[in-house]
Amino acid sequence: MSAREIRRGVATYLIVGFFAVLLAFPFYWMGMTAFKTFADLLSLQNIPFKFNPSPTLENFRFLWQDTHYPRWLLNTALIGIVVVVITLVLSVPAGYALARLSGRWGGTMGIIVFLTYLVPPTLLFLPLSRVISDLGLQDKIYSLMLVYPSFTVPFSTWLLMGFFKTIPRELEDAALVDGATRLRTLVSVIFPVSIPGILTVVIFTFSLCVNEFIYAITFISSSSHRTISAGVPTDLIRGDLVNWGGIAAAVLIPAIPLALLYNLFLDRFIAGFTGGAFR
Amino acid sequence: MAAIAERGTFRRGFDIFENRRFLAAALIAPAVVFILLLVGTPLVLAVYLSFTDATAGSLHGSYVGLQNFSEEWHNPIFRHALRNTALMTILSQLIVVVCAAILANYLSRPFRGRWFLRFLILLPWAAPIALASISWLWIFDTTYSVLDWMLIHSHTLGPACWLMHVDNCTKTSPPIFLGNANTALGSIIAVHAWRVLPFATVIFLAGQASIPTEVEDAAKIDGATGLRKLFYVTLPLQLPIALVALLFGIVFTATDMAVVYILTAGGPFNSTQVITTWAFQTGIEGGSLGSGAAVSLFLLPVLAMVAITMLVFARRAEVA
Repeated sequence: MSAREIRRGVATYLIVGFFAVLLAFPFYWMGMTAFKTFADLLSLQNIPFKFNPSPTLENFRFLWQDTHYPRWLLNTALIGIVVVVITLVLSVPAGYALARLSGRWGGTMGIIVFLTYLVPPTLLFLPLSRVISDLGLQDKIYSLMLVYPSFTVPFSTWLLMGFFKTIPRELEDAALVDGATRLRTLVSVIFPVSIPGILTVVIFTFSLCVNEFIYAITFISSSSHRTISAGVPTDLIRGDLVNWGGIAAAVLIPAIPLALLYNLFLDRFIAGFTGGAFR
Repeated sequence: MAAIAERGTFRRGFDIFENRRFLAAALIAPAVVFILLLVGTPLVLAVYLSFTDATAGSLHGSYVGLQNFSEEWHNPIFRHALRNTALMTILSQLIVVVCAAILANYLSRPFRGRWFLRFLILLPWAAPIALASISWLWIFDTTYSVLDWMLIHSHTLGPACWLMHVDNCTKTSPPIFLGNANTALGSIIAVHAWRVLPFATVIFLAGQASIPTEVEDAAKIDGATGLRKLFYVTLPLQLPIALVALLFGIVFTATDMAVVYILTAGGPFNSTQVITTWAFQTGIEGGSLGSGAAVSLFLLPVLAMVAITMLVFARRAEVA
């Protein structure tokens, strides 16, 4: 190893390490907070990076028994599952058709679908809040199940379009020559090889649902109907003596599994943002 | 005979799906109809509402022309929100692009522990934004801030006060980060940059991976190394992908409400209000749907600009 390479190696660890500490610090700090006693958190004499009385699970007990948190997790999971199903039903056929069947205008159409992803919920929530109450869906989790696909479908269609383009055409042609119909080819030849792409859509649709904030606080008013992203900030941060230990636990429980999933599917996800027209 | 005839229509029913044009339309239509209903309709409704005096009670108000727009345009809080949105987006994305370029440059080669460090770096992007903002609320806490503790015990609070230009900040008494207009806006910018940096970094990494190895080899033969290679070879080739990261970063930051809503809710005294939080306060909390819709429509020019840039760019990529 030359001196140059060693210098480069040291610089890599220093710079990447510095950013890793900076970016992960809030999560480390929430991890410490989640296992500290209430008295320890409120003591200004104690060193914050040490457990002064030993670590406790009291905050998790509080979250589980004294708040609506388990209910919020359940609501979020239910909404996530329904939205994933709706998203797949709409975006898998559309993504495939845009990639394969529709020729030149398919590309243009794909870009238009993707551009709708740029129209943010912060622009649409006011008219939608009226539509939701006219439909009688105010304060029901169905309202979120109906509205969330409006941002998951465009992105998923775009992502799947890029994915289907990478599947060799010869595969379908062989099935068609063998006498299979186009629909049958789609179901028994294309779908099986598309599992990785579909799985990516499942993960990101689900995480977009967990992330969503503005619709969740606008449409839902009862505490027990909230999702985690809306419930934790509106219901747990109240009054002067906030239970930060419980809040820290509430933040970590969804964040860690989501982060692990993100890492596994990262490369495909990035291809979704940069792929298609930007190859 | 009847059985054969029936069989015939049955076959013909499926033959339609053999027609490429019909099949394509049938596959795309559900998604397009859904998007039109749930994105197109509310978008049109938002424009309609902005010309009316509709309130929380009903979707229909009477036509008031441009009154909502001109009232907001002359409202100092709205003006300030507009300024904050621009400032917040530009400054945070400036930090993001510079840091992401540096970070991606070092993260691109394999080294021991890379997977774990990348996992740590990605955390802010993977965690739900509302929950991530809450962890910053705790870090910036008025009394029990861990940031204050670190600044005091590392004896850097004095210089930090001098840098921040806030009143009542000495080397032993820390400022209230979210209780002061300047530090609150600074904190919001930092949190936005913190959140978008991992995203921009991985996009940059994808960009570096897409540079053909021939280019690297040619650069090496020509003797381009280190900074020269970075400025004359790597960066120009990365420009398109950097633009993608920047455009998405602008959209994510300018259209987000969770960070400001959770950290300051627009306060103190509306000093950190942005377009999204002001639209929410006017439209939902204040009940003036029309004015709120007018406020949120000020996001459209930003989005149109981003969309046009992407379209031009996509067209160019197609030609090349």
